[in-house]
Amino acid sequence: MSLKTFKGGVHPGYHKGATEQKPIAPATPPAVAIIPLSQHIGAPCEPLVAVGDEVKMGQKIGDSKGFVSAPVHASVSGKVVKIAQCNSALGRPVDAVFIENDYQDAWHESVQPNPDWEKMTPDELKKIIREAGIVGMGGATFPTHVKLSPPADQKIDYVLVNGAECEPYLTADHRAMLERPEDIVCGLKLAMKIVAAPRGFIAIEDNKPDAIETMKKAVAGEENIEVAALHTKYPQGAEKQLIKVLTGREVPSGGLPAAVGCLVQNAGTCIAIADAVRKGLPLIERIVTVTGSGIKEPRNLLVRVGTPVAEVVEQCGGFTANLRKVIIGGPMMGLAQPGVDNLPVTKGTSGVLCLTDKEVTIDEIRPCIRCGKCVEVCPVSIMPLFIGSSVEQGLYDKAEHYNAMDCIECGCCSYICPAKRPLTQWIRMAKGEIAAKKAAK
Amino acid sequence: MENKLIVSSSPHIKSPESIKSVMSDVLVALFPAVLAAVIFFGIPALITILVCTLSAMLTEAIILRNKNIFGDGSAAVTGLILALTLPPSPPWWLCVIGSVVAITIGKHVFGGIGNNIFNPALVGRGILLISWAGHMTSWLTPVELTATATPLAGSAHPGFFNLFVGAVPGSLGETSALALLLGAAWLFYKGHISWHIPCTFLAAVFVMGSLLDGGFSLATGLFHLLAGGVMLGAFFMATDMVTSPVTPRGQLIFGLGCGVMTMLVRLYGAYPEGVTFAILLMNALVPLIDNLTLPRKYGEVAK
Repeated sequence: MSLKTFKGGVHPGYHKGATEQKPIAPATPPAVAIIPLSQHIGAPCEPLVAVGDEVKMGQKIGDSKGFVSAPVHASVSGKVVKIAQCNSALGRPVDAVFIENDYQDAWHESVQPNPDWEKMTPDELKKIIREAGIVGMGGATFPTHVKLSPPADQKIDYVLVNGAECEPYLTADHRAMLERPEDIVCGLKLAMKIVAAPRGFIAIEDNKPDAIETMKKAVAGEENIEVAALHTKYPQGAEKQLIKVLTGREVPSGGLPAAVGCLVQNAGTCIAIADAVRKGLPLIERIVTVTGSGIKEPRNLLVRVGTPVAEVVEQCGGFTANLRKVIIGGPMMGLAQPGVDNLPVTKGTSGVLCLTDKEVTIDEIRPCIRCGKCVEVCPVSIMPLFIGSSVEQGLYDKAEHYNAMDCIECGCCSYICPAKRPLTQWIRMAKGEIAAKKAAK
Repeated sequence: MENKLIVSSSPHIKSPESIKSVMSDVLVALFPAVLAAVIFFGIPALITILVCTLSAMLTEAIILRNKNIFGDGSAAVTGLILALTLPPSPPWWLCVIGSVVAITIGKHVFGGIGNNIFNPALVGRGILLISWAGHMTSWLTPVELTATATPLAGSAHPGFFNLFVGAVPGSLGETSALALLLGAAWLFYKGHISWHIPCTFLAAVFVMGSLLDGGFSLATGLFHLLAGGVMLGAFFMATDMVTSPVTPRGQLIFGLGCGVMTMLVRLYGAYPEGVTFAILLMNALVPLIDNLTLPRKYGEVAK
């Protein structure tokens, strides 16, 4: 089988060796769980508990009336000690419920398995997924029940499971595919049932041959599900690129995958769906890859949502002395943090990447030499160099002309630029300015 | 956590490539041509190359008040390419003037690296050619180093083998197609040039040479490819990143234009060779070409 790939992209060092062979280990639950009320794209939740309340594990402690939102749940049992702000990976403080752990791990009575889950209707399934607080776990954290509710006139032909994990360093999805393949297939089949999609794909980069093998075994006998091996290239797992590679379809500019009959779910999200539907479990833990040369013992951990990142780091031997950067997520799209104090693991924390002096360089920004490498690597075929120079001059209309709004912020242009120009950052700036201008109209 | 953490926008890793590494790769790629020049034209060739390269580097260092004379390496590339376009034994002051003109008028009056419209080495060569036409066309035979004319200007056909290895009269670095191809292969391998510009450039020269220079003859087409500065121009000058289009489609148009203009000058112009003027003219069109060849973006909706 020829390997599938897309136009553009880069080949950064993958650095997955430190953790790809390490089984997922459960992390020690936190002494105080910090559950942010906004861990998703959309309306933040209102707290359903008050200071002093006793809560049980899996109890819903925050919810919102907005459709584009997802409830949050207690990841430990214990007592609500305060409702206050905590830090978020995005840099904005968010409201959070602080729960002192009583270490009883007593489940809330709402957490009940659904023995007749196979007979449930799509609407019932969607309700379970919403109540379980499931969001896209690749990092975007878009509420899954919203994604599973495409407009009625858009028929979904394919559900794609994104197991590409093209971000260097991260191995959370890789381990999930090796250790929980049946759950991924179950989650995929549930998603296919909900949107009435006749076919499913599980897409994996060919640098994970063991995962491809395992998933192929797991789908044996499923005639309408195919495991697709993809060429290893960043950003192979970007939603629009994945769709083009597997189906040949292009999501129209400004549109959503449903417009071309596709729906993409991260591998971890599929597990969460299967757990919620079959076992009644809300999303209160996730797999986090803690890695990079700035951490003493890189690991894949199953972490309770709300565990302080500092405690997770502690369980991996702590930071090395020459630590220079802590990133939530991967090195290409992750968010650098000023510190780890008061910062909890959330539903979207796929990795904690710790880099040292060796990897973190501060380069002088040089003039563009028009080498065109950014154009060559851009997976959406826009003109990063021209957008960059437009932004330098404050010409945002010109940046829009060069299709700044179509940027997927994958970071390939900044990565490849020999003049070390922060092209992705400039394009982000342009997107913000253009959107603000449109909103003002 | 005693260290201050660095907070910056993603991506957090960068490719090891820099302007300096790209320029160093170009210098490496030009080495076979330098070697060929010294083999065929001796010590005067080496002096010409050294004077041009060093004076270009010095000029840039002075303009930028840069204590590191190599800087990002771009001036060395300009000086070296200029030297390779000169006749084997020009007076030393001609080399210095050419380099100073290339770096100042060709590059820094536009705002320095990245901002120049025209290939700086060719600006230097163009001004020398117009100002000191005699010095710029005093050709020597290889090895014996006696005065002669170039094959394009009507000396006897030296045979394709000599044309290919470079044992013919001509500019220092243009004569050996073999050396230039070796260097170009290195640039392809490193990903600094793509096939678009050289192939269309060479194709246009070959086709027009085969058809329009005294009736249909593939041998004449091949002669036009190997004689004169086409090889040097197609692989090392038209492909200059700063002064060529950034889109692949634009590069096809640009290369084609260079080839056609070269042949128009050769066949119908007042000069026997047209590579310099062809590339300079096409350089001027680059902003237009870029704007006309914006790629179709992913998911573009027909308007």
